[in-house]
Amino acid sequence: MNKDMERVKKRRSEWEIKKNAQAKDRDIKFITVSSEPVELMATPDTIEDFNYLRDLGFPGAYPYTRGIHYNMYRGKLWTMRQFAGFGSPEDSNKRYHYLLKKGQTGLSIAFDLPTLMGRDADDELSEGEVGVCGVSVSSLRDMEILLDGIPLDKVSTSMTINSPSAILLAFYITVAEKQGISLNKLRGTIQNDILKEYIAQKEYIFPPTESMRIVVDIMEFCTKYISQWNTISISGYHIREAGSTAAQELAFTLANGFAYVKAALERGLATDDFAPRLSFFFNAHNDLFEEIAKYRAARRIWARHMKEKYGAKNERSLLLRFHTQTAGCSLTAQQPQNNIVRVAYQALAAILGGTQSLHTNSMDETHALPSEKAVKIALRTQQILAYETGVSHTVDPLGGSYFIENLTNKIEEKAEAYFAKIEELGGVIAAIEKGYFQSEIARAAYQYQKEIENKERIIVGVNEFTDEDEIIDIPLLEIKKEVEQRQVERLQKLRKSRDSKKVETALLALGKAADSGTNLMPEFINCAKSYATLGEMINVLKEKFGEYVEPVEF
Amino acid sequence: MERKIRVLVAKPGLDGHDRGAKVVAAAMRDAGFEVIYAGLRLTPEMIIEMAIQEDVDVIALSILSGAHMTIFPKVLKLMQENGIGDKLLTGGGIIPAEDIEKLSVLGVGKLFGPGTPTRDAIEYIKSWVAKREKK
Repeated sequence: MNKDMERVKKRRSEWEIKKNAQAKDRDIKFITVSSEPVELMATPDTIEDFNYLRDLGFPGAYPYTRGIHYNMYRGKLWTMRQFAGFGSPEDSNKRYHYLLKKGQTGLSIAFDLPTLMGRDADDELSEGEVGVCGVSVSSLRDMEILLDGIPLDKVSTSMTINSPSAILLAFYITVAEKQGISLNKLRGTIQNDILKEYIAQKEYIFPPTESMRIVVDIMEFCTKYISQWNTISISGYHIREAGSTAAQELAFTLANGFAYVKAALERGLATDDFAPRLSFFFNAHNDLFEEIAKYRAARRIWARHMKEKYGAKNERSLLLRFHTQTAGCSLTAQQPQNNIVRVAYQALAAILGGTQSLHTNSMDETHALPSEKAVKIALRTQQILAYETGVSHTVDPLGGSYFIENLTNKIEEKAEAYFAKIEELGGVIAAIEKGYFQSEIARAAYQYQKEIENKERIIVGVNEFTDEDEIIDIPLLEIKKEVEQRQVERLQKLRKSRDSKKVETALLALGKAADSGTNLMPEFINCAKSYATLGEMINVLKEKFGEYVEPVEF
Repeated sequence: MERKIRVLVAKPGLDGHDRGAKVVAAAMRDAGFEVIYAGLRLTPEMIIEMAIQEDVDVIALSILSGAHMTIFPKVLKLMQENGIGDKLLTGGGIIPAEDIEKLSVLGVGKLFGPGTPTRDAIEYIKSWVAKREKK
């Protein structure tokens, strides 16, 4: 073996001399999307201390580098889950029925900005934003309409909501109860990843410590009552969209994951009770191999840390299950049909990386929310991958590639270095308060932009192969102006018709629980049932917890 | 010494996606502008107040949420009411072409979409300021 390696090395240096003499590279930088230099080629000596059983093992076995299931997509294809939501609850309900009819296998609810920020449709700051970026949900009444006719024991539902996640979950639970479905039958995910909000997406309300308490309340509640519910979708997606590199996405996301684990342990929960219900959410950007390496490294790091540092015994606690969405930030406004092709390659990376579910972006999303036609093409892209290309027949086909293994190792090393740095800063929350993540990401985003402007990075249709006088001729979805008015009217009607005494009592109890430190989930459910609104509940907590102001970095 | 062009970069509304705003702010800083990065979730009133206080030449807003048809006219109206109607209101985000036209008719400056080189926005501001100074 060693002798073989010596021979490889010797022959490689001979080959390099020849190559350098005879082959000339084009005069460009060979770098990844994350601005990392790329090797021309890897050979056995590139990963000299590679140990198959230690580094890869088998699919469905520790350290899960190759995948979390024995037979991966042969057993079950990934869930094709298109994130959708817009306008009124009625509009979105119609879209969900449409998607389910077209063969989608899970729901994914997008809320509008007021909802994401815990504000009612009739809040002053909600003006102009109701139902625009997603569906507007201000009370249990809206959730009842949104989920009308959807069997909640049959579909799994993902809700992208963070700061007010506990309240939206309370609405969902209450609708399920009204449908006569027992809680342990519910399957789904709430994003509930508040740490990445401070780091990247900035939809925070309360200060980090108070927010973490609510997150752990949800973990505790779900562990007891909704055992099939994924309590946090620990998200790198938004970190990447904010401009991070692949290694930063991986490292910051996993660091957040470990911070949740620590917080739950501090509450007295047992690792194996809650860890199996943590899931992840990654981005799929343009660099095929870098992305695949990222997913593989993610699984290996999570498994190792959970086993070695956090005492996980249950195998399910070691599994990094993840959803992927193709990179919105990679889409171009110019020549939007080209985005279909970008999305297809990104989706391929996610599948080769072993994702459990996938959202493929629509070509028109740099212009507006996706039209029905664009969404259909995006979904068909996944179906073509699943049924026509053959990539779903085999597990981790790039495993063992010198190049991919080296890339996987390198990105893992980078992540470990970031973990050490974060630790040095006093942990994730301290690092957030110091603006560390924010400035790292801003720097990477600016670097990327400069590379494009200096043409060190070519984006087709943007800085090369452009069409002069291009006219965008794809149909765009328009949100009707009446939505806001209708939502406001419905809410004001609700405020008049509900039992205000009941609302008051429920909100008071919520405030008390906030003070006393008991779990807030039962109080949110109680408030939901009284038809207290989202904004009313959040306002009670704002008074108790205060509001967060971030350090400014650019 | 020539006075630096002063730009207020802000994100009004509820959206927190600040990548674009920050990249543009950094590029303007490197181009020699005095950049006041006002941050997130500002009401039009807060933006106007800061613009007056910081004596800026330009207000640059980043809006990706679709609320542009509400926010730009509001800011513009407040600018006029507060005696800074002669400053430039510009910005960028996910804004359909026909909306850009409508806003331009109202008096909003150029709005830049995804994929615009930062230097286009910088050159635009420079030439706007130069033109104003000629007057």
